[in-house]
Amino acid sequence: MTEPITADLEPVDEFRVRARRWLSDNLTPAPPDQHGETGKSEASWQRAKQLQRLLYDGGFAGICYPKEYGGLGLTPEHQRVFSEESRAYEMPLALNIPTLTICAPTILDMGSEEQKRTHLPAVLRGEELLVQFLSEPRGGSDLAGLTTRAERRGDSWILNGAKIWSSGAYAADYGLCLARTDWTVPKHAGLTMFLVPVHAPGVTVTRITQVDGSREFCQEFFDDVVLPADAVLGEVDGGWETTNRQLFHERTAVGGASPYASGVQTHSGRDVSGLVELARRTGQLDDLRVREDLGEARALNMVHDQLIGHITRGVGAGAFVPAAGSMVRLFSARNAWLQADMAVRIAGAAAVTGADADDAGSGQAGQDYLLRQAWSLAGGSTEMARNIISERVLGMPREAAADRGLPFDQVEHGR
Amino acid sequence: MDFELSADQRLFRSTTREFLARSVPLDVVRGLAASGVGFDRQWWRRGAELGWTAPLVPERLGGGSVSDVPMADLALVAREFGRACAPGPLVTTSAVLTSLVREENRFGDLLAAVRSGETIAAWSHYEPGHGLGTAAVDTVAVPEGTGFRISGVKDRVECGDQAQVLLVSARGPHGPVQVLIAADAPGVTVTPTWTLDLVRRTAKVSFVDVVVGEDAVVQRYPGETTAALEAQIQVAAALTAAESTGAAEYAFELTVRWMFDRYTFGRQLASYQALKHRAAEHKTSLEACRATAWAAANAFQGDPIRTAEAVSVAKSYVGAVVPGLLQDCVQIHGGIGVTWEHDLHLYLRRVTLGRALYGTPEEHRRRLTDLLDRKVA
Repeated sequence: MTEPITADLEPVDEFRVRARRWLSDNLTPAPPDQHGETGKSEASWQRAKQLQRLLYDGGFAGICYPKEYGGLGLTPEHQRVFSEESRAYEMPLALNIPTLTICAPTILDMGSEEQKRTHLPAVLRGEELLVQFLSEPRGGSDLAGLTTRAERRGDSWILNGAKIWSSGAYAADYGLCLARTDWTVPKHAGLTMFLVPVHAPGVTVTRITQVDGSREFCQEFFDDVVLPADAVLGEVDGGWETTNRQLFHERTAVGGASPYASGVQTHSGRDVSGLVELARRTGQLDDLRVREDLGEARALNMVHDQLIGHITRGVGAGAFVPAAGSMVRLFSARNAWLQADMAVRIAGAAAVTGADADDAGSGQAGQDYLLRQAWSLAGGSTEMARNIISERVLGMPREAAADRGLPFDQVEHGR
Repeated sequence: MDFELSADQRLFRSTTREFLARSVPLDVVRGLAASGVGFDRQWWRRGAELGWTAPLVPERLGGGSVSDVPMADLALVAREFGRACAPGPLVTTSAVLTSLVREENRFGDLLAAVRSGETIAAWSHYEPGHGLGTAAVDTVAVPEGTGFRISGVKDRVECGDQAQVLLVSARGPHGPVQVLIAADAPGVTVTPTWTLDLVRRTAKVSFVDVVVGEDAVVQRYPGETTAALEAQIQVAAALTAAESTGAAEYAFELTVRWMFDRYTFGRQLASYQALKHRAAEHKTSLEACRATAWAAANAFQGDPIRTAEAVSVAKSYVGAVVPGLLQDCVQIHGGIGVTWEHDLHLYLRRVTLGRALYGTPEEHRRRLTDLLDRKVA
């Protein structure tokens, strides 16, 4: 993930000054209200791609990606500084999850030299969007129990099955798709990861409407999709290893700690100015209870950032196992809940009613509340995070599983 | 908290940990509780020799910081105090030292005496019926000669019954002032008060026409007094956050060990998902406490607003989270956890005290919003 720090790297302080100047010369202020999933349009994807290109041309894209793949080859500390400096500006945040922070780092870790040279520069230039094809309609948290299959035919693979919960798949170019390639071995052993062109013949993408009315989630169906041999990412039947890297990057990204992001995601509630504004609009900024709520929301945001630094340094120093990143993931879900709850508390009746039929107004707080659980489900449920923390960080006994060691074709399946 | 410690800091911490383990194991703490003393003065002097009173004091006055970040050194000590549930005037002494070093030219002798552990100085700011606010002071300071005549009542004075000197905030004719008053001066009455913690004790102190001379006035001008008081509050709050974190860490370690050792229905407690998930929540909260307490301690030399913010973030977060964590440690222990003989209540007492003193979570949250307003303004 990180490269050794060498003396010829630009000092962080100089980098900060240079970034600050460049950002103020080239970017526009961040839009006031940023919602991660709602309101994405064709235009917003194009805008995100443009912004990423701007970063690339300005020499600020892919700070922690190696130079040979279009990045800057700098350290997470440079990245942290750039994130800080760029917070006030419009950034291509829509590209972070999953393209920049999950899929591309997985290609960086597990891909062939050719795959890295093909996809990473395209991603960093804002030309290619990637998506994850992991979850399945019947799968839930039992990711490795998937039943999408890929069968070898000559030099090719034939893909059949269905995936779900992939954000923004309709706008993506490639999906990292985990499929079963051997049914006669235990479930983790017979999986292979493929790079699937989203618009290949046989791939159907449909959109799912979420509780707040947004339509970012997608479902995909694969009907005899033909993939070439070099579509395999990692080893044939070694897909679980690739997936583990991917899940590691996902947990880090969802927790807000990825060193590969372009700008800081605000959706999980890192900034309380929206809450302050809500209190002002509803005439409650002087209310003591509201002021305590605002202070708590502010505190949790800062603790979230401090925890990210603490865990990152701890993992770097070997004091924590890498699975400790799940603590950041769990904390980020808690924080997202708290921010959503605070907005509803502060807005009061305004969270659930508007001036007229079309006017959500402060009701955005209510809309966001409907989606409150999204951040404890996306990127693996927090129940899985708690399993990981208790088992891999605290060393507690693993949960019993009825399919452990059993060839997958002998495992019981429900509906 | 400890990933980037220098060799000196590690040594400082391990020396403190070993000394505490040797000199005040929990049975000694229980003994101190029963004796009505709180802490042993001779023991505190030995602690001072180890450097507990040194970080905030400049080297030329016998002090010195092993890391050049005095509050980071002190936070390490406070955390060890939490882990050991140790007695002693660490927090209150540090708050007073913060002020004395600002006026080191005038208070060199007292500084040296507090530094050596010879003299105990207690921070006396809280008043009955008032919270932490810097303006919440009814004690009056009426000018008398070049000094003041002080009247009023203070409470929640930590180590008030062990201290020889009290740093007292009062309302002067032009705004707040701070003066030093000897605990045995005419007009001073010290009454020990009940305190939840068995060894961290408080007292109520009343002042009736206590006359202090110019040489005892630490802060005379309102702006400077407010700034000094703010610094004292921040030091006490940051150390309390670190201490509560240490206490929770130890209690959680005890509980995790228990979860491995204890069997029910033929299985370790640690094998039940319902309990594993709670342990995962607590571990996450604890690491967040470590992160924020350490960030607060290291924020002291920067921009004053950022310092105030980091301290209130840590004190409010740790104060809000840790008592519930301790209660759940009791729950996981079962009936044994609510007995006097089990050690957990010592820690529950300590963190409940830590939540309430030097700013409740609610008080610090309001301070955070005040700071947000200030940034906007």
